[in-house]
Amino acid sequence: MLELKNITYIVHDEKTNEERAVLKNINVKFPENKLTVITGQNGSGKSTLIKLIMGIISPTSGEIIYNGKNITNLSINERANLGITIALQQPVRFKGLTVKNLLDVASEKSNKISDACEYLSKVGLCAKNYLNRELDSTLSGGELKRIELAISLAKGGELYLFDEPEAGIDLWSFDSLVDLFKTLNDKTVIIVSHQEKIIEEADYLLIIENDGYKMGKKDEIYSILKPEPICKKLGGQNE
Amino acid sequence: MNSIDKELLKSISDLHSVPEGSFNIRKNGECLERRSTSDIEIISKEDKSGIDIIVHKGVKNKSVHIPVIITVGDLTDVVYNDFYIEEDADVLIVAGCGIHNPTGEESRHDGVHTFHLQKNSKVKYVEKHLGTGLGGKVLNPLTKIFMEKNSYFEMETLQLGGVTYSKRDTEAVLEDNAKVIIKEKILTTENNEAITNFDVLLKGKNSHVQVTSRSVAKGESKQVFQSNIIGENSSFGHVECDGILLDNAQIISIPKIDAKCPEASLVHEAAIGKIAGEQLIKLMSLGLSHEEAENLIIKGYLS
Repeated sequence: MLELKNITYIVHDEKTNEERAVLKNINVKFPENKLTVITGQNGSGKSTLIKLIMGIISPTSGEIIYNGKNITNLSINERANLGITIALQQPVRFKGLTVKNLLDVASEKSNKISDACEYLSKVGLCAKNYLNRELDSTLSGGELKRIELAISLAKGGELYLFDEPEAGIDLWSFDSLVDLFKTLNDKTVIIVSHQEKIIEEADYLLIIENDGYKMGKKDEIYSILKPEPICKKLGGQNE
Repeated sequence: MNSIDKELLKSISDLHSVPEGSFNIRKNGECLERRSTSDIEIISKEDKSGIDIIVHKGVKNKSVHIPVIITVGDLTDVVYNDFYIEEDADVLIVAGCGIHNPTGEESRHDGVHTFHLQKNSKVKYVEKHLGTGLGGKVLNPLTKIFMEKNSYFEMETLQLGGVTYSKRDTEAVLEDNAKVIIKEKILTTENNEAITNFDVLLKGKNSHVQVTSRSVAKGESKQVFQSNIIGENSSFGHVECDGILLDNAQIISIPKIDAKCPEASLVHEAAIGKIAGEQLIKLMSLGLSHEEAENLIIKGYLS
């Protein structure tokens, strides 16, 4: 399905004027039609990995293989058209473009209220109230985040990348979000998350730390994590 | 009317046929067709080129269309239109100018529009400008708006490419509780140049102005946006100028806000830059090419 071969991503640190490896020699196979959660400390390179898979940035070295094809040099839209779908950590605002405009682009059709309802209701929004809203500063961060998820559902695909989908979603019950991921059980889903509830739903876990990474079935990786409260393990204070 | 006339009319005033109510269609410097009604009278000026449009007291939910089309080269059309909006009237005015220049010679339309809004009157004024064909297509609209107490004026001005040079001057004087809302959208390409000046005098108590300008400059084109809002009384003024820049184009925004009263609240916001990379990334992640994404962002921005 998706395989990362020897992926290294190096950035130039302007403060120290030195090269710094954000990701180094990552070799991971993401199992098909399974939910893999990527977790790890802030700054460990989780979002970087998602951006590399989508083609938003290019690896310094290494290869990305998708369905047996080397996609390392393909553009974002070429990857999108192969069935890779992303919901960004920070949804983008557009002056003058509406929720309907983006749903239409994503689903390649003109959506009526009933069509849009299918996508928006899954993220707890009413199509009637949102379809003609502009994706501008009149929408709250939480609303934009839900709309971002709805747009990814409208696009569809075989491989979903969700970068911290829970961030900013306060009022909507967490269970609904988890249920949403469960409906994608015939797809390959990769979620970057710190939330234990989402981690618990994972089939596989990829833990990225500053000094390396571990990938395996959730229970195997979980047992390594469990002796310490997960939050503490990830650098937090809560038990 | 031939097919070019019809196409221009459709583009600038969404007219597919002769409109309802009062209208005046001007072609190549002369009146092509007109209908004057008892609610909205249209009278030719005797001393110069142009018309007086009188919207009578209390007339509500009516519209008047006054499009101008030019389909020849080497023509300078200067026209003076005066609008008298009587007390309590509420009207939609659709103007605009479409130039199709078939020759290399310059075609030019200078429309001087003066609005006199009596108290409690309300106007929505829509003005679209378009240029097609060869040669220079020059438009210099001058709009003057005099607003009595409690009057309301909303102006939407749209220039979506093909106009080689435009200088758009808008002046407004507002009495007590008068409110003016101006929305301007301009697209320039190639070597086009578009200059916009807004001069608004907030003379009356609780007078209110909001100017929103969105512009896209492509190619080697240049746009200059200049606004001058003077608050003489307890008043509110907000000017917002956003520009998207592509290729080697240039946008200049020159704000001036001049408060002469401590109760005047005047704000100017301006932001000019290229299309945000994150917007392109988002649309490309939905399957659009770089060019398709860019076009959609611009289309939305100017919609």
